[in-house]
Amino acid sequence: MTTTTPTPTANLPVRGRRSPLASVALHVTLITASVIAVFPVLWVLLTSLKPAQYATTTDFFKETTLANYTNLLNDTPFLTWFANSLLVAGLTTVIGVFISATTGYAVSRFRFPGKRGLMWTLLITQMFPVAVLIVPIYNIMASMGLLNQPVGLVITYLTIAVPFCAWMMKGFFDTIPREIDESGYVDGLTPFGTFWRLILPLAKPGIAVTAFYSFITAWGEVAYASAFMVGDENLTLAGGLQKFVNQYGAQWGPMAAASVLIAIPAALVFLFAQRHLVTGMSAGAVKG
Amino acid sequence: MAVDTPSQSVVKAAGDDVARGRSRGTGKPRRAAKKRSLSTHWYAWAMVAPVTVVIAVIIGYPLVRGVYLSLTNANERNVARSIGVNEIPATYEFVGLDNYADAITGGQFLGTLGWTVLWTVSCVAITFALGLSLANVLNRRIAGRSVYRMLLILPWAVPGFVSVFAWRFLYNQDNGLLNKILTGGGIDGVPWLNDPTWAKFSVILVNVWLGIPFMMVALLGGLQSIPGELYEAAEMDGANAWQRFRHITMPGLSSVSTTVILLSTIWTFNMFPVIFLLTRGGPGEATQILVTQAYKFSFEISPRDFAQSSTWGVLILVLLMIFAAIYQRVLRKQGEVW
Repeated sequence: MTTTTPTPTANLPVRGRRSPLASVALHVTLITASVIAVFPVLWVLLTSLKPAQYATTTDFFKETTLANYTNLLNDTPFLTWFANSLLVAGLTTVIGVFISATTGYAVSRFRFPGKRGLMWTLLITQMFPVAVLIVPIYNIMASMGLLNQPVGLVITYLTIAVPFCAWMMKGFFDTIPREIDESGYVDGLTPFGTFWRLILPLAKPGIAVTAFYSFITAWGEVAYASAFMVGDENLTLAGGLQKFVNQYGAQWGPMAAASVLIAIPAALVFLFAQRHLVTGMSAGAVKG
Repeated sequence: MAVDTPSQSVVKAAGDDVARGRSRGTGKPRRAAKKRSLSTHWYAWAMVAPVTVVIAVIIGYPLVRGVYLSLTNANERNVARSIGVNEIPATYEFVGLDNYADAITGGQFLGTLGWTVLWTVSCVAITFALGLSLANVLNRRIAGRSVYRMLLILPWAVPGFVSVFAWRFLYNQDNGLLNKILTGGGIDGVPWLNDPTWAKFSVILVNVWLGIPFMMVALLGGLQSIPGELYEAAEMDGANAWQRFRHITMPGLSSVSTTVILLSTIWTFNMFPVIFLLTRGGPGEATQILVTQAYKFSFEISPRDFAQSSTWGVLILVLLMIFAAIYQRVLRKQGEVW
């Protein structure tokens, strides 16, 4: 780090003799890739703005209207599902970030009996197929009275999100110098105090990524959501949308409108997190 | 990068404090250290406790139960259940390893396993190759870099079931946009999801589309952590672009690549939503991977076959654990620290 340019591109080779042709090729590659990445989502957005009977036409615009949206909000329990999903995903994110941060910190900083076992468990947990767990978890939730309760889903989602998040947070904490912890101890802070007051504020990029990952996991999960929640007023969006297809005979128009509205909160969380995504992920994954 | 400024000042402060602490605490260093190690263990355990408890209850118990079920002949007709007020006790029996013997000698498991392996390998390989190329392009100075980056990460920000819905919409054989474009160009429409071979191609395509952002972001982070001086030095020594890539970029990326390849292999092997929502394993059983087939055994066939479902689930787990163990061993031999 002898060159102290503040931009993140500081480590790039300063060659600057790329021919104009190469530049054009780079832009063409990037534009093609971006179009492929964005198009399916954009197409749903365009479809949602067409009258329902024209949903399957291939015109980009046709009698642009918001009818699908008003129909969705007024005539279906969409808003209830939306609120349920928001509650479940919000709780999963807050709790998930907190416990994966404490776990990641403990694994990163302390040597303790059972540490290696825990690391392995976190890795192995990700190999568990939904199909094996879903019936036994259903039974557990039923016996604890947590079926149809947001809490039941939150606990289940934590088991999906936390292992990966804890790994990532561990990698991120590994990049924060230990001297900072030492200074905390010397000043009389407890290990938890050190973690909370000194380390956590430094780990913001890692936290942003963890929050993003937990939120997206909980917001988009389908299998558990459709198995655990029944009854119109308890469904989350994933389950609700499925029901919606059957009940109203796969109407593409309202479906598309619902998809757009579902994507908005995820996009907001993403916007908030994306600034930190590269920093956070690399630290987490490099040391993983 | 964002961490740099605050951490430096704190490090300085830390240095001061350590110096002060040393002069103060020269009395009984060993006892103090021992006491601290005890309290440290206590704190460490307290901090990992929530995760451990949740994993033990929500994963540990179901796993034990799943393994047990795989050794019985449990199905919908003989498990404990209540009809109205009557409690019917379970009547299924312990059958030892019969289920495993059936699965391994029967054609269905091996056939599904073959496609699952093909699916996993092609998805991970293509995703990695494309993710790496895009990360390389994005790591250059180029106008509009942050805009491109945001657009390229977009598929990750959209919930999976929404994207899959979008793709089903595009793939639709009669009214889908892809076929409209093909027929517009004078080519016959393609049965994207209705022909076994095309369906396999289509599900892989969607999964690659979904997986690239994660791969790209992780590799981009890895690329940015390679010091630029290395490239300059190599260039001075006359290394060409390929040699720089081969001898600087690839070693510099090896640790992040090994992690993301392991993770995405595990995730792809168990990728339930893409297959389930796109094709439900069809047409026929053409795109059924092990996970979706196991789900089908316990939820979609009649009578629901819990024993066979659990058997397949346990086999999936065993296969992945063997894979992870071999992977780690190979890496160790190559001198990677993991």
